Amino acid sequence: MKSVGPMVRQAALQALLCLAAVMLAPSLACADSILEPVGPVGRGDAIILLDAVVIMLAIVVPTIMVTLAFAWWFRASNTRAVYRPNFTYSGRIELIVWSIPTLTIFLLGGVIWIGSHRLDPFEPLPSTAKPLEIDAVTFDWKWLFIYPEQRIASVNRLVVPVGRPLHFRITSASVFNVFFVPSFGCMIYAMNGMVSQLNLQADKPGKYLGLSAHFSGDGFSDMRFDPIAVPAAQFADWAAGVKGAPLDRAAVGVLLKQSRAVAPYTYRGVDPALFDAIASQKLPPGEGPQSGRGAPGTQNAMSRGRAP
Amino acid sequence: MLGKLTWDAIPFDQPIPLISGAVVILAALGVLVWVIAKGWLPYLWKEWITSVDHKHIGIMYVLLGLLMLVRGFIDAIMMRAQQALAFHAQGYLPPEHYDQVFSAHGTIMVLFAAMPLVIGIMNFVVPLQLGVRDVAFPTLNSVSFWLTATGALLVNMSLIVGEFARTGWLPYPPLSELRYSPGVGVDYYLWAVQISGVGTLLTGINFVTTILKMRAPGMTYFRMPMFCWTALASCLLILAAFPVLTATLAMLTLDRYLGFHFFTNEAGGNAMMFMNLIWAWGHPEVYILVLPAFGIYSEVISTFSGKPLFGYRSMVAATLFICIVSFCVWLHHFFTMGAGGDVNAVFGIATSIIAVGTGVKMYNWLFTMYGGRIRFTTPMLWSLGFMTTFITGGMTGVLLAVPPADFLLHNSMFLVAHFHHVIVGGVVFAVLAGITYWWPKAFGYRLEEFWGKAAFWFALAGFYVTFVPLYVVGILGMTRRLQHYDVAEWRPWLMISAAGILVLIAGAICQMVQLSVSFLRRNELRDTTGDPWDGRSLEWATASPPPVFNFAVLPQVQDAEAFWDVKRRAREMHGSGSEPHYEALEMPRNSPTGFVCAFFATIIGFALVWHIWWLMIVGLVGAYATFVVFAWRDVPEYVIPAEEVARLDRANRIARQEAPYGASAI
Ligand code: HEM
Ligand SMILES: [Cu+2]
Repeated sequence: MKSVGPMVRQAALQALLCLAAVMLAPSLACADSILEPVGPVGRGDAIILLDAVVIMLAIVVPTIMVTLAFAWWFRASNTRAVYRPNFTYSGRIELIVWSIPTLTIFLLGGVIWIGSHRLDPFEPLPSTAKPLEIDAVTFDWKWLFIYPEQRIASVNRLVVPVGRPLHFRITSASVFNVFFVPSFGCMIYAMNGMVSQLNLQADKPGKYLGLSAHFSGDGFSDMRFDPIAVPAAQFADWAAGVKGAPLDRAAVGVLLKQSRAVAPYTYRGVDPALFDAIASQKLPPGEGPQSGRGAPGTQNAMSRGRAP
Repeated sequence: MLGKLTWDAIPFDQPIPLISGAVVILAALGVLVWVIAKGWLPYLWKEWITSVDHKHIGIMYVLLGLLMLVRGFIDAIMMRAQQALAFHAQGYLPPEHYDQVFSAHGTIMVLFAAMPLVIGIMNFVVPLQLGVRDVAFPTLNSVSFWLTATGALLVNMSLIVGEFARTGWLPYPPLSELRYSPGVGVDYYLWAVQISGVGTLLTGINFVTTILKMRAPGMTYFRMPMFCWTALASCLLILAAFPVLTATLAMLTLDRYLGFHFFTNEAGGNAMMFMNLIWAWGHPEVYILVLPAFGIYSEVISTFSGKPLFGYRSMVAATLFICIVSFCVWLHHFFTMGAGGDVNAVFGIATSIIAVGTGVKMYNWLFTMYGGRIRFTTPMLWSLGFMTTFITGGMTGVLLAVPPADFLLHNSMFLVAHFHHVIVGGVVFAVLAGITYWWPKAFGYRLEEFWGKAAFWFALAGFYVTFVPLYVVGILGMTRRLQHYDVAEWRPWLMISAAGILVLIAGAICQMVQLSVSFLRRNELRDTTGDPWDGRSLEWATASPPPVFNFAVLPQVQDAEAFWDVKRRAREMHGSGSEPHYEALEMPRNSPTGFVCAFFATIIGFALVWHIWWLMIVGLVGAYATFVVFAWRDVPEYVIPAEEVARLDRANRIARQEAPYGASAI
C-alpha cells in the first residue's frame, strides 16, 4: 500500500483548491472585479466568460477525477485490479475520445461566434439615447480624455454620466497602450496612427479603477486614471464648470514630454481638430526618453525627471 | 574606438546588478581555477567542449538550461518580492530595473531555459530511441549548442555591461524603437535571440533529417516511439517558425541600426505588423516547447503503467494536427486590437480547436493507465501532476481564446497565470520527469527517490499557491508588469503568491539536494543493466551510459515497441548467448568548430550591441575562417576497431545476464 499515499495527498490538494475557489467567490464580487461589472458591456463579456467556464468544467472536472481514480486503482500494489497489458486500442474508445472534446469545442465555437459579433467593441450599443463622444489619447505616461462636444478635456480622470452610452475614439501619441476599466468591461488598444473605437456604458455611480493593460515603458505603473460615473445632471454641471487652460498644440507639446504620476487636471477650450491631428500623425509622436544606458549623451538612467 | 561603450555602461550606482554580477563572475572564475588546478581542462576540452557526440551535447544543453532556469527563477523571486512590497510604495526595484527583470525573465525562461532543456533531452534521447549512432550532422549539432550558449551569455552579460531590454520578452515597437528605447537593452535582446535562433534553426534541420532519414533497420514511421514523433513535429515547427522570428527581428534591427521604418510611428511604419509577425512565430513556439513535453509524458506513463501507449496512431494524428493548427491561431494574442467580429471569431474558434488535439492526448494517457500496473516513481508523479494541472491550464487558455472573455482578461495577471500554468505544469514538469527518467541512461545510476518526490510535492503545491492567486488578481482587474500599485484588494493575493514562491524555493532546494545526494550515493544507485525501469524503447537496449557508438550492432526493429518486443521474445537481437558479429565502426571526430564559431559569434554580438565596427569585422573574419578550416578538414571520422567494440559491448552483455525484467534473456 506504500504507493497509495501520494495519490491520496494529491486528491486532497485538489479538493482543497476547489474549496478555496468556493470561498473565494464572494471576495471576487467586491471592488473592481470583472465579474461584478456596472454596465451592459461588462455584463455581456462576463456572462460569456462564465458560460465558457461552465461548459469546459463539465468535461474538465470529470476528467481530473477519472485520472486520479485510474491512477489510484491501477497502482501496482492493488491485486484486485486486472492487468491488461495488451489493451492498447479500442475503436469505440477512440471514437469517444475524439468526440468529447470535439463536441465541447463545437458548443464553445457557437458561444465564440455569437459573442464575438454581439460584443464587438466597435458595435454601437442598442440604446435610444445619443452616445456621449469621448476621444482618448495616451501619452507617456498619462491619459487625455477629450470631450469634443463640450470642448473640454481632462487628464487622468474620466468623468462619465450614468446610464448613457459612451462612444470612445482611442489613439496613442506615442507607444501602444490598452484602455481598460475593469468595471465597465471590454478593453481596446490605443495605437499611434490608428483610431480604435469602443462602446461602453456605466449604470452605477461611483469611482472606479482605470488603467493601461499594455506595457508602455518605465512610467507604465502610473498610467492610471480615475473613471468616475456620476448622474447625468451632475455630469452636465461638471462639464459646464470645468476650468483650465485651452488645449492647443502648445499644450499638447507639453503632454508629449514624458512624465509620471500626473495628478488629474482639466482643459477648457479644445481645438476640435486636435484628436485627428494626433491620430493622423500630423502632430509628431511623443519624444521618448532623453537618456538611457549606452545611448548617446548618456546620463544616469535613473535620474530622469518626474515632471510636472 | 569602443563605439558606445564607456564606463557609464557599468551600473556603479545600482548595487543589485553590480553585486550579483560580481558574484557570478567570481563563481565562474572559481570554477575555472578549480578545473585547471585539478587538471581537468584537457578532459573537458576533449570529451565535452569539442565533443560532437549527441549524448554529450544533450547533457550540456540540459546543464545550460538548468543554469538559466535558476537565473530566471531568481528574477521571478525578485518580481514577486517587488510586488509584495510595492503597495503604495516604490518597493526596492525602480521601474528602470524592474522592467529589465521581467523582460530578462521571460526571454531567459522561454529561449534559454525551456528551449535548451527540451532540445537537450531531444538530443540525448532521439538517436538512442531511433537505434542509430548519432544525428545526421554531428558537428552542426555542436555549433547549434554553442550558438545557443552565446545567446545566453550575451543576455547575462547585459546585467553588468549596459542594460537589458525594458520592453517585455517580446520587444513590441514602437516602444522598442530607438526613439523610445535609446539604450542598448533592445540591441542585446536582438543579437542574443538572433544568434541563438540560428542555433535553434540548425537543430531543427538536424533532427528533421535524422528522424526522416536515419532510423534503425525496420523502424518504420509507425514504429517510432512517441517521443520521436513529437520531436519531429517540434522540429518541423522550428523550421517553419524560426525564420519568421529571424526576419521579424531583422526588420526591427534595420529600424534601430539603419533608420528604416518598418515598425516606427513615423514615415509609414506599422507596429501592428510586428505583432502579427512575432506571434506567427510566438504561438508555434509554445508548441515547440510543449509537444516534446507531451512526448516525454507518453514515454513515462507508458513505461510506469507497464503498457504500450494507448491509441498510438491517434496520438500521432493529434500531434500532427496540433503542429499544423498552431500556425493558424496567432491573432488570439491581440483580439483587443479590434479586428472585428468575423476575424476574432475565426481565430477564437481555430484556437479552441487545438484543444481537441490536446484533449485526445489527455484521454489516451488516461487509457494507457487503465489496466496498467502503475509504479509511482518520481517521473510518474511529475506526469500525474502534469495531467491534473495541465487540464485546467488548457481550460484557462481556451477561455482566453473566447474573444469577449479575452476583452476582460487580456494582458492581465490572469493571462500571466495561464501561461505559467501551461509552461510550468506542462514543460517544466516534463523536463524534470525526463531528467529523472533518462538520468540512469546518461550517468549509469538512478536518482534518489525521496528527495525527488519531495521536490515534486513542493513544486506542485508551490505552483498552486503562487499562481492561483494571480488568477484571482487578474479577475480583480490587475494588469501585468506593474512595478507598483495602490489597490488594496490586490495586496493579500500578491502576498500569498509571494509565499508560494517560498514553497517553490523549497522545491528547487529539494531538487538540488536530490542531485547531490544521488551523486554521493551513486554506487548504491548504480544500474549496470542499462534497463532500470523495465523500458520499452531502444535506448534501454544498450549500456548506461551508452558507448560512444550507442549500439555495437544496429538493432533490427520488428515492432512498435522495439525493446519490449525483444525482451518478450527474448531472442534475436543479440541472440541469447550467441555473440553478434562485431565490425569496426566509423565515428565522427571531435571538432572545436562549434566552440570557436560561438567565440566569434559572441564577439560579433557584443560588437554590434556597442557599435564597435572594427571588432565586428574581426569577429566575422574569424567566424568565416573557422568555417573554411572546417570545410577543409581531411579526416572527418575515426575508426573504432572491431575488438574494441566487442570489448565494450561484452561488459554490458554480462551485466544484462543478471538484470531483472527479463532483460537477461538478451
Ligand atoms: C489548450 C491550449 C491553449 C490555448 C487555447 C491557449 C490560449 C492562449 C491565448 C488565447 C493567449 C493570449 C491571451 C491574451 O494575450 O489575452 C495565450 C497566451 C499565452 N500562452 Fe497559451 N494557450 C494554450 C496553451 C499554451 C501552452 C501549451 C503554452 C506553453 C507551453 C502557452 C503559452 C502561452 C504564453 C507564453 C502566452 C502569453 C504570452 C505573452 O503575452 O507574453 N499556452 N494562450
Ligand atoms: Cu498563442
